[in-house]
Amino acid sequence: MSAPFDEPGNATRQSVLVRPVPPSALAAAGRVFEHRAYQYRRAFRGSLVTSFVNPTLFLLAMGLGLGSYVNARSPDAFHGVTYLQFLAPGLLAGAAMQVAIFESTFPVMIGLVWRRLFHAMYATPIGPRAVAVGTLAWIAFRLTLVTTVFMFVSTLFGAVVSPLGLLGIPAAVLTGLAFAGGMGAFMATRRTPEAFNAIFRWVITPLFLFSGTFFPVDSLPAAIQPIAWLSPLWHGVELARGAMLGTVLDDPPRALVHVAVLVGLVGIGGSLFVRNVHRKLAA
Amino acid sequence: MPTDAPSPPLIRARGLTKRFGSFTAVDAIDFDVAPGEAFGFLGPNGAGKTSTMRMIGCTSPASGGTLTVLDMDPATRGPEIRGHLGVVPQQDTLDEELTVRENLVIYGRYFGLSRAECGRRADELLEFAQLTERRDSRVEPLSGGMKRRLTIARALINEPDVMLLDEPTTGLDPQARHLLWDRLYRLKQRGVTLVLTTHYMDEAEQLCDRLVIMDKARIVAEGSPRQLIEQYSTREVAELRFPVGVQETLDGQLAGLADRIEHLPDRLLLYANDGEAVAVAVHDRGLRPETVLVRRSTLEDVFLRLTGRTLVE
Repeated sequence: MSAPFDEPGNATRQSVLVRPVPPSALAAAGRVFEHRAYQYRRAFRGSLVTSFVNPTLFLLAMGLGLGSYVNARSPDAFHGVTYLQFLAPGLLAGAAMQVAIFESTFPVMIGLVWRRLFHAMYATPIGPRAVAVGTLAWIAFRLTLVTTVFMFVSTLFGAVVSPLGLLGIPAAVLTGLAFAGGMGAFMATRRTPEAFNAIFRWVITPLFLFSGTFFPVDSLPAAIQPIAWLSPLWHGVELARGAMLGTVLDDPPRALVHVAVLVGLVGIGGSLFVRNVHRKLAA
Repeated sequence: MPTDAPSPPLIRARGLTKRFGSFTAVDAIDFDVAPGEAFGFLGPNGAGKTSTMRMIGCTSPASGGTLTVLDMDPATRGPEIRGHLGVVPQQDTLDEELTVRENLVIYGRYFGLSRAECGRRADELLEFAQLTERRDSRVEPLSGGMKRRLTIARALINEPDVMLLDEPTTGLDPQARHLLWDRLYRLKQRGVTLVLTTHYMDEAEQLCDRLVIMDKARIVAEGSPRQLIEQYSTREVAELRFPVGVQETLDGQLAGLADRIEHLPDRLLLYANDGEAVAVAVHDRGLRPETVLVRRSTLEDVFLRLTGRTLVE
């Protein structure tokens, strides 16, 4: 054993003086992030393969397969770009949303209910804010990995038209985070992940289908088109598409509105997540 | 409740209260824990032990009264206090996806220790917890006793001033319990202050220098195990077990044989300083219990005396 244990009495109060100070707020969130990185080391390979396979399959089947049919029937439907080029940014933002939803559901259940890892963290100088912020930071990192691979695959398929295309990565990460905070906040109030299936079926899937992902929103009936504005995913898809097709600079104020909506959601969702984790841990 | 210890208390509570809505989990309790002592909260499930521990651990705000831990106020300096505590929660909160050693290292990081220091302490603690051979195995397949030892090792990674152990051996088999008690006893020998909750009177007797008995959110008695037994019980107990149905017919036949008689559903407890003499006297009155057991009084008897109930129901 170390010296403080060898001498009776040493483990009492005087040792307070020689202890390291608790990590700062930012460092504390960094420790939570580090913990997730340890966990991820074992899953890294499998997760990377999945990150490659998913976009490849989607771009093959829908971009090339369905796309060749669409392009042949109406060559000008997508204003001079192919269906695959239109579709790839939508899939990118949609994939970011789905990854974020998963990552803010099960790790939160593990943290608060199943293995109570968040409770273990809270028994140290780490506070609920660091737990929540570190978790979101990790989700941002995961999103960056997934969307970078997605962007790489899209480039191989010729889906990235503009050099601005790389901006699609931050756009998609932002989209994912806009969902992560709110979902994490909601799951922090649950005892079981039962609600997850309902949310996926009634919220995530419809958003994925109707947010301009697979077809332009203006092909929806005019009456329901404004609803797209309510979809966080639509803002993300528009941003990512603007970046990858290089049209983002055509209307910068519009792009800024998309960014503002997503940043606002990150802020609101993130604060609710912090609040709910705090309520659960410090009862 | 003043203590005999000369140094100021590490933990001091006065009128400490915890309410959840209209339910009072801890009702205005007073206690002091002195440096280096092993202090216990003994009581049945639901007595308020865990709520008290969580307030000491600065993870649950007090609803009333005052509490200081290491001379600090948990309400304002929680993170700082937690940096000096080692917490062993009732349920294991280990990361089962990580290895045994990784669990220690990552936990040390939460206290602001460098990776190198975490690694060094982890190796020592694995030795202490007798887990060195399992250092690189995943946590998930470990036995309950091993997980418990790992949780204790994890709680020591910051070299805490106070260990908070909530029901440390609940759910373990006897062998695993004794191994754990041995480790805790060693910590005590090294001067680590232990605060533990238990509903096992043998655990309290084994480990605690001093304890409070809790029942229904209040402290009903305080002292060393020996003091409590002397104060609230007799030296010995004769346990009589009669054939089914007979116990209820004994009205009055045992009168005057013992200082006090407790009627449990399955047996009678006759409290006296000389249990053997009681057993003989019972026989002399022509009564024929199926079994007679003479033993020394324990904290279980103290609890029964104070609350009219047994600890583990």
